[in-house]
Amino acid sequence: MVPMLIGGSLNAIGYGIATLGPGIGVAMIFAAVINGTARQPEAKPAMMSTAFIGFAVVEALALFGFALAFIVS
Amino acid sequence: MSHGLLVPLEYHTPGLEDFKFHGTFGVTWLDKPFWQVIISAVLVIGLWLWLSHSMKVVPGKRQVFAEYCYDFIRNTLARDIIGSGFRKWLPYLVALFSFILVNNWFGEFFIFMFPTFSHVGFVYGMALVSWVVYIAAGIRAHGPLKFFKNSILPPDVPPALWILIIPLEFLSNFITRPVTLALRLFVNMFAGHLIIMIFLVGGGYLLTYSGNPMYNVTGGLSIIFSFALFGLELFVGFLQAYVFTILSAQYVSTSIASEH
Repeated sequence: MVPMLIGGSLNAIGYGIATLGPGIGVAMIFAAVINGTARQPEAKPAMMSTAFIGFAVVEALALFGFALAFIVS
Repeated sequence: MSHGLLVPLEYHTPGLEDFKFHGTFGVTWLDKPFWQVIISAVLVIGLWLWLSHSMKVVPGKRQVFAEYCYDFIRNTLARDIIGSGFRKWLPYLVALFSFILVNNWFGEFFIFMFPTFSHVGFVYGMALVSWVVYIAAGIRAHGPLKFFKNSILPPDVPPALWILIIPLEFLSNFITRPVTLALRLFVNMFAGHLIIMIFLVGGGYLLTYSGNPMYNVTGGLSIIFSFALFGLELFVGFLQAYVFTILSAQYVSTSIASEH
């Protein structure tokens, strides 16, 4: 009585482990923004645009992992 | 086995073949994403023409909305990133942002239900346009030789390090930038669409599975949870349009910066 068998390669697990690094990176970026906003609320817009550039650069690493998990199968 | 009210659905794991479409009019490349790009271009051009005609000193509802959208792009994307002389790049950035936003939100809207940029070819095209724009901006600001020298050799690098710095800077400025720009947008759209499909296809299968009511409850919960994922995808579509535009502005700004 197994409705759905999970098949496929171990790439998915490898990708799951690989997301830890960018996850911590994104967390640090937004933690810094929250800290900065708490200290100086009027500086929030300037910090947000910088934070999104940093977020995009860090997130690209996780997305490379995702693309490679599909290519290398 | 199937004594339930519902006929159980066939199960297939959502995957790459769900992103392939048949061509129309007997031409293989005239498929669904192609038509979506055409429709979105018409939509964006028509929307901005409609929003910007007959502007008044005392704005009405339509003009307030238009000015709010325009000011968002003008202030947070163009002025804060590029700085002085940003007005020249504003039309490109407005067009880029609204075009990507409409195409990303096609993934959550009825009739379309497919984000155009989860086909990588379209995204390579978009990244190529941004690449040409920031290189042309640098060449126009500094001339080809000085721009090339500026972008592969940062100032005040000791000559002993040139052999290391020059290939790295060349790689980062001319190859990695457009590739990451394209892959970021593509993979976000692709992964989001795939996750929604997994929740809906798996949930639909479990909901109509006969023989075990707990599977049906799980499937129902999964379909309800997929609405939350649709909301998340709306946010991700907006965020990726924002990030693509802000990075394009950032690259233009580093190309035309004088001291770099």
